[in-house]
Amino acid sequence: MPENPNTITIDGQEIPFSVGQTIMDAALAAKVYIPHLCHFPGLPPSGNCRLCVVEIGKRSVAACITPAAAGQEIRNNTPELNGTRKAITQMLFVEGNHICPSCEKTGNCKLQAMGYYLGMLEDHFPQFYQRREMDASHAEILLDRGRCILCDLCVRASRDVDGKNVFAIAGRGTDAHLIVNSPSGKLADSTITVTDLAANICPVGAILIKEQGYQVPIGQRIYDQHTIREIGLQENIAKKNDD
Amino acid sequence: MHRLYALQQQFLHISPESMQQVASEFNLPVSQVASVVAFYSFFYTQPCGRFHILFSNCTSCGYLAGEQNLMLMLCQQLQVTSGKTRNDGLISIDETSCIGMCDQGSSLLINGLPITRLNVDKITQIAQRITNEIPLTDWPAKWFEIQDTVRQRSLLLTEQFVPGSALQKALIQGADETLSAILQSGLCGRGGAGFNTGKKWQLCREASGDAHYVVCNADEGEPGTFKDRFLLRDQADALFEGMALCAFVIGAKKGFVYLRGEYRYLLPHLHIVLNQRRQQGLLGQHILGHANFHFDIEIVVGAGAYICGEESALIESLEGKPGIPRIRPPFPVTHGYLGQPTVINNVETLIAAAHIAVHGSAWFKSAGTEKSTGSKILSISGDCQSPGIYEYPFGVNIQQVLDDCHAHNVQAVQIGGPAGNLIGAADFNRTISFEDISTGGSFLIFGSQCNLLAIHRNFAHFFAHESCGFCTPCRVGTQLLKNNLDKIAEGRGTAYDIEALKQLSHLIQHQSHCGLGHTAANHILDSLQHFPQTFEANLQQHFSAQFDLDQALENARQVTHRDDAAAHLD
Repeated sequence: MPENPNTITIDGQEIPFSVGQTIMDAALAAKVYIPHLCHFPGLPPSGNCRLCVVEIGKRSVAACITPAAAGQEIRNNTPELNGTRKAITQMLFVEGNHICPSCEKTGNCKLQAMGYYLGMLEDHFPQFYQRREMDASHAEILLDRGRCILCDLCVRASRDVDGKNVFAIAGRGTDAHLIVNSPSGKLADSTITVTDLAANICPVGAILIKEQGYQVPIGQRIYDQHTIREIGLQENIAKKNDD
Repeated sequence: MHRLYALQQQFLHISPESMQQVASEFNLPVSQVASVVAFYSFFYTQPCGRFHILFSNCTSCGYLAGEQNLMLMLCQQLQVTSGKTRNDGLISIDETSCIGMCDQGSSLLINGLPITRLNVDKITQIAQRITNEIPLTDWPAKWFEIQDTVRQRSLLLTEQFVPGSALQKALIQGADETLSAILQSGLCGRGGAGFNTGKKWQLCREASGDAHYVVCNADEGEPGTFKDRFLLRDQADALFEGMALCAFVIGAKKGFVYLRGEYRYLLPHLHIVLNQRRQQGLLGQHILGHANFHFDIEIVVGAGAYICGEESALIESLEGKPGIPRIRPPFPVTHGYLGQPTVINNVETLIAAAHIAVHGSAWFKSAGTEKSTGSKILSISGDCQSPGIYEYPFGVNIQQVLDDCHAHNVQAVQIGGPAGNLIGAADFNRTISFEDISTGGSFLIFGSQCNLLAIHRNFAHFFAHESCGFCTPCRVGTQLLKNNLDKIAEGRGTAYDIEALKQLSHLIQHQSHCGLGHTAANHILDSLQHFPQTFEANLQQHFSAQFDLDQALENARQVTHRDDAAAHLD
């Protein structure tokens, strides 16, 4: 057990934390990357994607929702855990309809970037080929549920930052899908605007701002230049500067 | 939930207009109402038939439990497709997860009322009555009767509970003494997890909050469990008294019974008992004349979601939301219903607490083992001559249970339901206890003739259907398990699939958010260990496609209006 009462160790590295921080908060603050898709600094954590699951002793916990506690000895960047993370990423790929070459989010997509980061070369699991409804009703924003990974970021962004409650997730199991808070259920009838965080936070190509798709050429996009690890650590810094 | 149920009853479905109406009544975003409607199996967005039938698909009380596919038979007789309301709106038929009638033979719910002991003859009679539009009230009353059979009694079921007896004693002793009796008894939760009940009450009592709550978890959803159905019918007084006792200890003024939707038919009975207790001064203001003891109980009925048996999902559901398990900690004892300190106990636990208050902790500890005090009520069904309710002191060995219920040539026993343990003959000398094999009450027996692969497939379909969809490993993983088992059962599996099954099972077990995911693959891992031939017997030697190649051409055949030999693969 480390001597300092307010530290945890991640893969042997001692990391300070303050009371109330989660393992994810403490790790990112110390520039230790724990892979994640449904976590975004500044929004309340959800714990649904399960990529950030780390091990403490025999327990497996999601780093984004587990409070840091003195003396925790955490395993994070291990071949076993990264192998499991790859399998979870593959699960997200086969559940939805993720066709990178034809998606305008390619290069800016966190799911794709996670696949690269974890060395994912194929889907591994059989495709679900789900039919999921597209909503092109809004003049400036497109919602393609086929590409949604149910990370809940837009739900939280709209509720907690935009103060609008535009989105919710409905349905159980693989029927779970994003719904829109408007009488018609269409995005055009909701209060969302193109400057809302909810319209911009989507890690994949499910919520897209229209007419922007190819302003940045392929090859010059975020994850063409950087790994998701680098961006994940930067996002946290950007958030800190805001505070 | 009350409001949505009323709308469902009135209009046979919940339309977008109804959702809008509810949203404005409760000042909620319409998306929140829609997400609740979509989450629960018993809410429909398309109209159901005036006769709405749900067949259980459990391995014990399901429509396939006997020789014949009873659901298919009724569908054919009434010319209706399962899952689709007939065009004239008279009838709809579908299947649902276990309805807790496992000791009663194949069973169904018709407009919420159970009909048990189905057979070919009864199905035909049901079809005739529906065709002639005879109202349910004119159907034979005997059909709706449920005969509970208690075959073995230990501590709880031998004592006659006198309403008020536990509360009188508690009021004389005071809350501290009452709590210490519960603590001393060693009573642990009867839902399966086995947390110390006294400790739970103590933590909740010490937690600060604007109000404290007692919740009874009567969402008995584990396939093969029906002991709460019996207890709610037979021991409702002791249950409500246990809740009042807990309220007295923790300082709660309000309690809830979260009753699973499948048991809605018990509601009138429970309301009668609640009213009697109010008249007897055992509920309401100034209980037993005590100046500062006010407590009342409300019953909230679920709507078909196994996950709501998980305590934090149950609280979400109580609050009128989809039953998605919360992030824990904080635990309900400090942050439960409306964020306030809340005790959630199983039906059987609360009844045991009431008895302990009357008879004392020594009485309770006289049965059971050192670590598992008292008795456990089992729901026994499957391949045995005497299914029913059995109460045993903890520590009873499994072979004895099998002998008592006259189960012969037993291949395997699933203890604790699909989420529990599957064991074979080598383990029949093990015991039912928290330190060995723990169970919420489900005890499913599979005889030597039983096809275990079919059982696994049934369980895998169950979990895929009941996964709340919140976290990736469970949402996608249970679906993959289901597809994988289907493939093996259809004779297209290879040795590779067994390995895939193993890896997938481990992943779901370790990475999921809540107990549903943690336990969803148990039955497969147990079987791979104890009954490997279950999967291996059916394997192909060479590569086999994940999907049925010929079936995959079906779309193309439909589009081209072809069904000739050349349009098929073989």
